[in-house]
Amino acid sequence: MARRKFEAIGSTADIAFLLLCYFLMTTTMGEQSGLQRRLPPIPDSNQAQDQKVNRRNIIIVRINSADRLFAGSEAMDITYLKEKIKEFLTNPTNDPNLPEKEAKDIEGKTYMVSKGVISLQNDRGTSYQAYIAVQNELVKAVNELRDDFSMREFGKKFSRLSEDQQEIVKKAIPQNISEAEPKDTGKK
Amino acid sequence: MSKFGSSTNKKEVPQASSNSLSDIVFMLLFFFMVTTQMRETENKVIVKLPEASEVAKLERKDLTANINIGSPTRQYQATYGTDARIQLNDSFKTIADIRDFIASERDAMSEAERSLMTVNLRVDEDVRMGIVSDVKQELRRCSALKIMYAARKPGKD
Repeated sequence: MARRKFEAIGSTADIAFLLLCYFLMTTTMGEQSGLQRRLPPIPDSNQAQDQKVNRRNIIIVRINSADRLFAGSEAMDITYLKEKIKEFLTNPTNDPNLPEKEAKDIEGKTYMVSKGVISLQNDRGTSYQAYIAVQNELVKAVNELRDDFSMREFGKKFSRLSEDQQEIVKKAIPQNISEAEPKDTGKK
Repeated sequence: MSKFGSSTNKKEVPQASSNSLSDIVFMLLFFFMVTTQMRETENKVIVKLPEASEVAKLERKDLTANINIGSPTRQYQATYGTDARIQLNDSFKTIADIRDFIASERDAMSEAERSLMTVNLRVDEDVRMGIVSDVKQELRRCSALKIMYAARKPGKD
């Protein structure tokens, strides 16, 4: 009798094992990843729109309907975009054509914060793949600048900083990417 | 004392009881049953995400609304064609339906967390930007401003 009972328990374990295997196989600990962005709010029609940005503070990155990339005014291959953006945001030589910097007080220390804004424009015919590739390059440029800054200030990479320190870095090197209203730049 | 003495004298290792084994397995089973998410919506559009190396993980999965954009899968191509379509929840929708969709997603969340809602744009890499721009404009009008362009890491499916 005792032996019978033992056997019965043994088979429950087997069945449970089978179920377990099934769930192990079918489980997707699916994680979503992507590029996070904040859209600008719809401008209020009552408010006067005189948010003028100085010309030197803005770089226009445009992708036309044939997925050709223009940064500033020249056509460019996507591999050079990152360096261009980094140069634009850091302005190492204080070029009067590149964005001005503003001394900002962040957590008791003064940093020179670039006022540069990247304006990303696309055409209705641009492919999504090209668009994401460009977005990725822009994010990469900002991330690399943040890494450099973190190394200089804290001696660590950005991802290894504490949350407070990350906030400081984020304020010192803001990610100003504006996604403009859609425009038709391609010829019909 | 005598009990201990007798058992050591016999030098017989008692058979390990396997009764608890099933309990442990059941516990594991329940763990996986609870954590598993069966795909709740059927994909009616083909979405092959573009690659991006700088992706960040989405933290709160329960606070996201998914918008799929891509060309319909084969079984729907006869009725809907191969042009890119928007899929919300379980059916093909148009730009005009996004407002209702966002509103219902917001309703499902608690009041404090509504501002944290992220709209996850799952867009096929071959889609043209026109439809994406339209969706973005509509999202701005619904003031659902936190968005994420879903992408995958290169070299990973």
